[in-house]
Amino acid sequence: MAKTVAERSSEDDIQRQELTELYRLMVLIRRFEETVYQKFHEAKIGGYLHRYDGQEALVAGIIPQLQLPGDYILCTYRDHAHALACGTSPGAVMAELMGRATGCAGGKGGSMHLIDPENGFLGGDGIVGGPVPVSLGVGYAIKYRGTKNVCVCYFGDGAMNQGGVHEAFNMVGLYKLPVLYILENNQFAMGTSVSRSTAQPDFVKKAEAHGIRGERVDGMDLLVVREAASRALDHIRTTGEPYFLELNCYRYVGHGIGDDNTKGWQTYRTEDEVAEWKLRDPIAKLRDTMEARGYLTPEQAEKIDEEVREEVHAAIVFAESSPEPALDSLYDHVYS
Amino acid sequence: MATMRYLQAIRLAITEEMERDPNVFLCGEDVGQYQGTYRVTEGLLQKFGAMRVVDTPISEIGIAGLATGSAMAGLRPVAEFMTWSFALEAMDQLVNHAAKITYMSGGRIHCPVVFRGPAGVGTQLSAQHSQSMESWYAHTPGFKVVMPFTPADAHGLLKQAIRDDSPVIFMEHAGLYGTHGEVPDDPDHVVEFGKAVVRRKGKDCTLVGYSRGVLMCLRAAETLAAEGIECEVIDLRTIVPLDMDTVVESVCKTHRAVIAQEEWRNVSVGSEIAARIYEMAFDQMDAPVERVAGADVPMPYAKNLERAAIPTDSDVVAAVKRTLA
Repeated sequence: MAKTVAERSSEDDIQRQELTELYRLMVLIRRFEETVYQKFHEAKIGGYLHRYDGQEALVAGIIPQLQLPGDYILCTYRDHAHALACGTSPGAVMAELMGRATGCAGGKGGSMHLIDPENGFLGGDGIVGGPVPVSLGVGYAIKYRGTKNVCVCYFGDGAMNQGGVHEAFNMVGLYKLPVLYILENNQFAMGTSVSRSTAQPDFVKKAEAHGIRGERVDGMDLLVVREAASRALDHIRTTGEPYFLELNCYRYVGHGIGDDNTKGWQTYRTEDEVAEWKLRDPIAKLRDTMEARGYLTPEQAEKIDEEVREEVHAAIVFAESSPEPALDSLYDHVYS
Repeated sequence: MATMRYLQAIRLAITEEMERDPNVFLCGEDVGQYQGTYRVTEGLLQKFGAMRVVDTPISEIGIAGLATGSAMAGLRPVAEFMTWSFALEAMDQLVNHAAKITYMSGGRIHCPVVFRGPAGVGTQLSAQHSQSMESWYAHTPGFKVVMPFTPADAHGLLKQAIRDDSPVIFMEHAGLYGTHGEVPDDPDHVVEFGKAVVRRKGKDCTLVGYSRGVLMCLRAAETLAAEGIECEVIDLRTIVPLDMDTVVESVCKTHRAVIAQEEWRNVSVGSEIAARIYEMAFDQMDAPVERVAGADVPMPYAKNLERAAIPTDSDVVAAVKRTLA
């Protein structure tokens, strides 16, 4: 039956609202990561950090669809975006990066170990492939309780060559657990490309070999990611069985702050290649689509940008004015 | 009190805790349909069903992930390693995940998991199946490490381990599975961690052991008693937390100490206890602390070589005599 003008217009409103939120989230992630880079060079952030620039659609297209709390998210050390998407305040994330008591892990975790269990975020993981065996247990807990929840587990193309990942895939496939696997295929395991590290680069085939249904999706297009994730989540919630999405994407910067700094990434890829991928930028693409549909004007985009800059600035002010952890907390939380 | 074997006491502890708390479940290789490699989990699949007694593939990383992740999400898994030798496959999940998640999260995540299975040296099982590696785990902040000697302790310590909110490494001894002892009937019988027990009173020398090492000490004490030497035997029960107060109290009386363990000597539990005795009671000692330990070699197969590599009560007797010389 044809929809009335009023029905179409209300659907439009919902689309406009929803996409504007996702657009704002992607811009927030991009600005946050750019700011984090500056703060590292001001020596306000220590250790090591891994940026998500270019991969925003993988988070914005999936996490906002989840039921939080209830569903769970696990991811890698490239985890700032995931925390923000789960609803962790930018201030608590920035404070964690700066090693402050108000950080989301009280300053004990740092960049690679952001966490926010109240929002379903069970943390970043500093070990390549590390979250995948953990996801098997989280998925098992969901099945054990008999709810319709889902565990979403992110990992990279490098993890596909870790043994534990395949042990976990087999068991998740065997026990039929409600886990959505998101392979963030950004083409490089640190400095080693998929073609130089992986004899069988058909990752979907590998998931299917473990009894997990899978598909390959363009990770540079938020609408495509969102639709694929929606399909996958429906499948999981309906059948209780796992699903695997390989999302092809690209990180614009180096693996971590080390090769960002020195442009060490030029040893394994060219500036032309990076520029080519940037033509498919997920934020620009969504903005174009929204402008074409009349959902967003250049002025509104500018306004969102300004609001996000203020939000990130407020996060910095919050973090910088927060105290360091108390020295006598050194031995707290070794045990529960 | 009921008399039962060490492995039955472990089974009873698991059964009681699974009855008490619906969040407790068991997983591991052949724990269900096969009834347990050592029959520790016999009958549990039939009693609790396949959701709570989970047969796994031979995938130790998977087992450790299943346990760690489900504990992070609020369950209380008891994961069996067929032997602790095979747990080496899972070291990253154990050390980098289970042991650290609470600290890394600033206390926002708990990981109430028990990893259990047989450890200790065996009979001609050679290098990959015959070893005791408690100091690997004791060295890692975040783990509690439990090594029971008696059936009653196996029962009470395992129940405490399952109720504990931190990850617990629970090392049974395959060589003790058949030993008998009395176990309290109380379904809430738990043995507190970090409380060593004096198994035999004496005034001449303190013998410190845990797991089957206590048996070595008790036999040595018996032999020495016939010669008029009275040894005090301490069973540590838990390596982490470590009850040094009981050890120090004893050496302040005996002024001598021998530590007996099956694991390798180098950088071991015995090394730690000796160092702490010197730190806490140096001026009390009338003789250097002696350590009786496994030879620092991969376990050989040949009977005579294996015998030479495994410590015995006569090694303890000789060590005590050196402290008295």
